[in-house]
Amino acid sequence: MPAGLLGIEDLTREEIEAILARAKDFQAPPGRPFQRLDRLRGKTVVNLFFEPSTRTRTSFEIAAKRLGADAVTITAAGSSLSKGESLVDTLNTLAAMRPDAIVMRHASSGAPHFLARHLDIPIINAGDGTHEHPTQALLDARTILDRKPALEGLRVAIIGDIIHSRVARSNIFLLSKFGAEIILCGPAPLVPPQLAAIAPGVAIEYDMRKALRGADVIMMLRVQLERQHETAFPRSEYFSFYGLTLDHFELAKPDVFVMHPGPINRGREISSEVADSQRSAILNQVENGVAVRMAVLERILG
Amino acid sequence: MGKLLIRNGRVIDPASGRDRVADVLIEDSLVAAVGEGLEAGGAEIFDAAGLVVAPGFVDIHVHLREPGLEHAETIETGTRAAAAGGFTRVCAMPNTDPVNDSATVTGYILEQARRCASVKVHPIGAATQGSRGEELAPIGTLKEAGAVAISDDGQPVMNARVMRRAMEMARSFGLTIVQHCEDLNLSAGGDMHEGVESVRRGLGGIPAAAEDVMVARDLLLCELTGARYHVAHLSSKNSAAMIACAKSRGLPVTCEVTPHHIALTDADSIPYDSNYKMKPPLRSAADVEALIDAVAAGVVDAIATDHAPHTGYQKMQEFDRCPFGIIGLETALAVALDRLVHSGRISLLRLVELFTVGPARVFGLDCGRLAPGAAADITIFDPELEWTYDVNQSLSKSKNSPFHGRRFRGGPVATLVDGRIVWRRQQP
Repeated sequence: MPAGLLGIEDLTREEIEAILARAKDFQAPPGRPFQRLDRLRGKTVVNLFFEPSTRTRTSFEIAAKRLGADAVTITAAGSSLSKGESLVDTLNTLAAMRPDAIVMRHASSGAPHFLARHLDIPIINAGDGTHEHPTQALLDARTILDRKPALEGLRVAIIGDIIHSRVARSNIFLLSKFGAEIILCGPAPLVPPQLAAIAPGVAIEYDMRKALRGADVIMMLRVQLERQHETAFPRSEYFSFYGLTLDHFELAKPDVFVMHPGPINRGREISSEVADSQRSAILNQVENGVAVRMAVLERILG
Repeated sequence: MGKLLIRNGRVIDPASGRDRVADVLIEDSLVAAVGEGLEAGGAEIFDAAGLVVAPGFVDIHVHLREPGLEHAETIETGTRAAAAGGFTRVCAMPNTDPVNDSATVTGYILEQARRCASVKVHPIGAATQGSRGEELAPIGTLKEAGAVAISDDGQPVMNARVMRRAMEMARSFGLTIVQHCEDLNLSAGGDMHEGVESVRRGLGGIPAAAEDVMVARDLLLCELTGARYHVAHLSSKNSAAMIACAKSRGLPVTCEVTPHHIALTDADSIPYDSNYKMKPPLRSAADVEALIDAVAAGVVDAIATDHAPHTGYQKMQEFDRCPFGIIGLETALAVALDRLVHSGRISLLRLVELFTVGPARVFGLDCGRLAPGAAADITIFDPELEWTYDVNQSLSKSKNSPFHGRRFRGGPVATLVDGRIVWRRQQP
């Protein structure tokens, strides 16, 4: 693994497997409080969030603390970036304080990759624009593997706003490396045909019922209205064509389950019944977020 | 002024079709004679054995950034870079601050050029006031002040009616109108060519259709108005085909390609490196091939750099915040030699045409020939010279180039303006 973690695309299957195996060790035993470790005692992690985040930010913070590291979190509203400082200057300032790693979320695709070329401190990408969100894909893989013996051969349907989704990209890169079959589905302007060429094993299907046929896993995505220049699809009919409801489960494999990176919008892309159903793995994803981020931090800082 | 004899060079003058070893005698800033075994008669000697001696190169598309954007480039630094690229004459786009939409700004540029430029500078006037695409600029006044063409480069004229009127005015004053073809609605939010790479990198795409849609519209308006219409920095396969078709129908259409658009594809670009960010964006391999075919087929009239300096801090940002544009004056010849001549696609004579009479004809400039009586604007280059481009040594004030560190075969050796050597390659 390079010094930090910029994306799934650069990782090998073996590196991913190692992180997923280690994350299993860090899963909290059911019903018992988590034992705080001291593997990263004396290390400092700066969480730098230029975009709002609840799940990922908290999860990275808890992961660092459970490993005994010191975690400092900076959010955009209170940072010097809101005072007009450039990203490079902000990062140089932080790097001068000698943290051991910077966890970064940023609205611009490639922002961590650009910084990694100019700083020699490990950068962990916690989501860059519409590009990648590597720890989300890792925790999604961990969640799938908690229920399935292997990723290979699984049929995974990813439904929604694919083009604007960093979660989708990282999942596509990861699942493809393990030989899963990936079906992307959503309104045509949000699922351009070029997506089928970004990794092996990806197919595109605009009919949601066909996309769900025989699926082992359904990943639902939020429509990211904030990332669209104009409304690229008719919003009023979105739910009727791409919203997940209970009767969709009949089309999929009997043991199919549903994932969603959150935040969920009940009634927009997923019905309330589905979100709360036994088939929802959404809270397992959140739980695995901490374990996977512990594995990533340990690998980079340990 | 003294006399200079450029001896034993391979003299290539596309205007007359000359391509043979000869001497060029310069007297009092003019070409006095071109021929074999000319008498030195006390002239200073420039030994050009093994070198090509060509008419001075003309770049009809540069951004000198003055007035108003001198942090990125000035007329002084931009023309020094031009000289180092073998250019003796450059045409400066009007997107300065203020925009060159008045005789005052045109006059200022010409005055600055007289004071401190290494090569000749021709201002290009704006087509509309402030290049806002609404009210026409005073096109006749701009011409009288010295503008050689009109364009809202960087700010495509989106309103077809305004474009039509600008074309009518340009035609009546005998000026070429240059369009940066980009439908702004189709390109909105885009940072690179729309294709697999933009989707993979999670960047907004600029489809080739954004260019094609405007080229198609403008060709129809060109037919309607009869204006001399020039497509700047052609980048797409379909646009090249439409221009070829329009030319075969006799429309007064011309086009240019930049060196980078025939050398690099979207997939060649280093992800999120702003030295690969420009408009139009680096396109697909199929587009690049089509552009080279269009050059070889004679559809392309000129090579122009679109030299677009931006300072380091402007380019040291998140990719989607970085401005579009790269510098290109110093690498243009080397890149063109590599892609067009060394690859066997066109002759050296045709290459020189694309840098000299080709662009001169686009704007109707009286230059680009190497004949007795012409101004002694001369470019001497070595098509085999091995050299490496170090952008940190660039004479431009900005260093934004994707060709930093690239090894080249062929490059300029000396540049003469009015018989004076304004730049000469340092011996390694």
